[in-house]
Amino acid sequence: MSDPVLSIRDLTVEIPTRGGLLRPVDQVSYDIAKGEILGVVGESGAGKSMAGNAVIGLLNRPAKITGGEIWLNGTRIDKLQGENMRRLRGKDIGMVFQDPLTSLNPLLTIGDQLTETMLQHLSITQTEARKRAIAALEEVGIPAASERLDSYPHEFSGGMRQRVVIALALCAEPSLIIADEPTTALDVSVQAQIIALLKRLCRDRGTAVMLITHDMGVIAETADRVAVMYAGRLAELGPVREVITAPEHPYTDGLMGSTPLASKGLKRLRQIPGSMPRLTAMPTGCAFHPRCPKAQDICRHDPRPRRDGGRAACHFPITHSAEETA
Amino acid sequence: MTDLPQIPPQVRAKAPSRFTRAWDSDFAYQFRRSPVAIISFTVVLVLVLAAIFAPLIAPYDPFDPASLNLMNGFSKPMEPNAFTGDVFWLGTDDQGRDVFSTILYGLRISLFVGAAAVAFAMVLGITLGLLAGYVGGWVETIIMRVADVQLTFPAILVAMLIFGIAKGITPVEYRDQMAIWVLIVAIGLSDWVQFARVVRGATLVEKNKEYVQAARLIGRGSGAIMLRHILPNVLSPVLVIATISLALAIIAEATLSFLGVGAPPTQPSLGTLIRIGQGFLFSGEWWILLFPAATLLALALAVNLLGDWLRDALNPKLR
Amino acid sequence: MAMIEVTHLTRIFDVSKPWLNRVLERLPKALLTAVSDVSFKVEERTVYALVGESGSGKSTIGKMAVGLLSPSEGSVTINGIDLTRETDAAKMDKARSDIQMIFQDPYASLNPRWKVRDIINEPVTARGGSGVGLAEKLLEQVGLSALDADKFPHEFSGGQRQRICIARALASEPKLIVCDEPTSALDVSVQAQVLNLMTNLQEDLGLTYLFISHDLTVVQHISDKIGVLYLGRLVEEGTPDQLFDDPKHPYTQMLLAAAPKMDGFGREIDPPQGEIPDPINPPTGCAFHPRCPLATRQCSAERPVMRELRGARVACHEAT
Repeated sequence: MSDPVLSIRDLTVEIPTRGGLLRPVDQVSYDIAKGEILGVVGESGAGKSMAGNAVIGLLNRPAKITGGEIWLNGTRIDKLQGENMRRLRGKDIGMVFQDPLTSLNPLLTIGDQLTETMLQHLSITQTEARKRAIAALEEVGIPAASERLDSYPHEFSGGMRQRVVIALALCAEPSLIIADEPTTALDVSVQAQIIALLKRLCRDRGTAVMLITHDMGVIAETADRVAVMYAGRLAELGPVREVITAPEHPYTDGLMGSTPLASKGLKRLRQIPGSMPRLTAMPTGCAFHPRCPKAQDICRHDPRPRRDGGRAACHFPITHSAEETA
Repeated sequence: MTDLPQIPPQVRAKAPSRFTRAWDSDFAYQFRRSPVAIISFTVVLVLVLAAIFAPLIAPYDPFDPASLNLMNGFSKPMEPNAFTGDVFWLGTDDQGRDVFSTILYGLRISLFVGAAAVAFAMVLGITLGLLAGYVGGWVETIIMRVADVQLTFPAILVAMLIFGIAKGITPVEYRDQMAIWVLIVAIGLSDWVQFARVVRGATLVEKNKEYVQAARLIGRGSGAIMLRHILPNVLSPVLVIATISLALAIIAEATLSFLGVGAPPTQPSLGTLIRIGQGFLFSGEWWILLFPAATLLALALAVNLLGDWLRDALNPKLR
Repeated sequence: MAMIEVTHLTRIFDVSKPWLNRVLERLPKALLTAVSDVSFKVEERTVYALVGESGSGKSTIGKMAVGLLSPSEGSVTINGIDLTRETDAAKMDKARSDIQMIFQDPYASLNPRWKVRDIINEPVTARGGSGVGLAEKLLEQVGLSALDADKFPHEFSGGQRQRICIARALASEPKLIVCDEPTSALDVSVQAQVLNLMTNLQEDLGLTYLFISHDLTVVQHISDKIGVLYLGRLVEEGTPDQLFDDPKHPYTQMLLAAAPKMDGFGREIDPPQGEIPDPINPPTGCAFHPRCPLATRQCSAERPVMRELRGARVACHEAT
């Protein structure tokens, strides 16, 4: 494998509060290679969005990065400030958020927003930018692109708007796209369109994608590798087929099992007892041990399990026979 | 229902007391961390206590003619009077009334009128705002258009208008007794609009929430839903406005009294005292004006700062 | 007798601009048909699911079923009592106490200023009953602790709040519960807990559910019969097996193909074309015809009626 586009090493984000230090992201490490789609899954509060925001430097105070490193194309970016960070955000990292309406400026035409972004980050002329904007809109599948260029965001439907957002994220030719729940607000049929579009564009351009979502089905169909997060920590990381069909971490196993599809034909779904610990009351040792069917004494005590070479950060990973994984 | 779970008594006893819970709450924590809040709260508290216990604190009763001595007139603060040798902390006015005592009694009137006017405006505004927001339709149209029209006049003008009308229809012999109550109604009526607007806005948000639909489903009537479900959830912005309104109402009362249409000289408020005092400013008896004015300023400023702090503390988005 | 029967249900919303704007800008009245001529029945002790994308009218049907909205046309009959026409107040009250609802947003559906005990007891106390001990019993029934009765909603997580909502819905001992997307705001593992709880309660208490959802996998798991809605119209109805193994309406087929699959690794699908049309100006004839691969001239002219096809019901001219 060549050098990764994005490399996160032991990233830790902390929020100082009156009740003590909260750690919404706790020593998380993962890489994304050129042209690869890494799915980041987890339930709400698992820290998956917070990790994405840390990469683009969009943490809201008082949350801040207190440990670890973030490397983008061989440059360390977690210490960047102000202007440098802003340039990086538009040029090297594109962003697609859940709600397409709030990520577009309602007062500017989409043509203005596209050309403005390109002029800021690429050395091209106004006419050239306009030409490229039309090409970008055609590429994301907006019919009659040259006429729609002068339309305002509210004149588009939800699905079309998300296409515009994708065009905007890609127009400065970034090497990494962070897509945070890009299809959660969309209907099933539109979601399929957007996913297919994102996959095609990134494959054609070799863009690396961090796809943050809670939807296992979307991950299964879209991602190459998947990182499963639990209570701010990385529980499991591996190729998507293996993680979904033969999970090694008991949490991943429970999560996959509790989707209705996995319990097909059963009158009851498999369920994980209890709920994710609050950040204010994090258990010692492995964060999952209070809910884990395999927990032993060692799981309850620090130091917590780490992913050393294996897929799962677990003392007792589930082992699978060869044909199960196939 | 025979299998009711028993609650072990020792579990109940372990629950933290009401005081510890209040002390530990975010609200109390924010308060303890804000010097502005602590200082302004202390100032308000001292002034309110002074007003309540005025008859006990005041060295003289400024309204008892028997205790007045014209010879004591125009005593300077902290200096023995030239004729009687009496010492007055804050001096006396032309009739020999102790300024400190008149301030204490004036504070009483000012605070009472302000608080009562705000309470009146609150009840009126909350009721109309809830009705407008929840019932909607023509009820809302009428209430909000009246509010809009009233907003186009300065509040003080509305108060003066109401005061004038009331004065015209009350018999002369009751005028002085009625003045305070007329003042309360006049200021209250000029101030209900902002309560109604805020409550209506919050009601519009709350009434579409699912807990209100759940209550409708259960068969609750509109009255019960408004009072028991919506009202408790729209009160925190009302509390903020009430505090800031209190400062405005005290100033409005002072303005009216200063203009001579408020509290009568027999029951002088801080505003009345300032009106009386300004006549002596250029003849050198500055204390008759300065001390009531400073008290009014401290009161209005402290209440206002407290309201500002309250708004920030109750709004989680600003944190 | 069916627990709930809905016939020719239609609901039209007036979404026109205010009168003055309309006069000045010479705009016509804008009418949105959220639900158009929908008929189905739910048998006692079964789960009937309404599934559809946004704008399909599924929530509007749910609100009409419980009486939060009144139908523009058609009727809702609960246990033989017609909610729209019944004049006997006692019968009406009985029918209403037989229906309860669970909402989508567990954060907005509990009054934040009320204690859990008062919230759960309200359906009983509002009718003048005594709720002593009721909340504690129901809390244990939904898997929470009796001690939770003294807490306020903000002390609970989303899943726990949804359990409290279920406890409140059970307080008046209803026969039918309308569940409007009860798990779509919840995480997968919590969703499994809540769905299992709902299944347990349905079996133990003999409940009937009208289950509204956009999630095909949830619907497939929980329901005995499924109705597929598109733009306010019922386009297909059948058991989960009939629907998922042999979808007959082109829209159902499209929906199933587009839904992400857990075993669809690297699946390249031909995504469906187009988006849901504007419900203010719905297409003529069959509402799905502009996106339909099978559409003929008849489809754009004539609205198909529900017909039997291999045991299921479908509203399509071309389905075979």
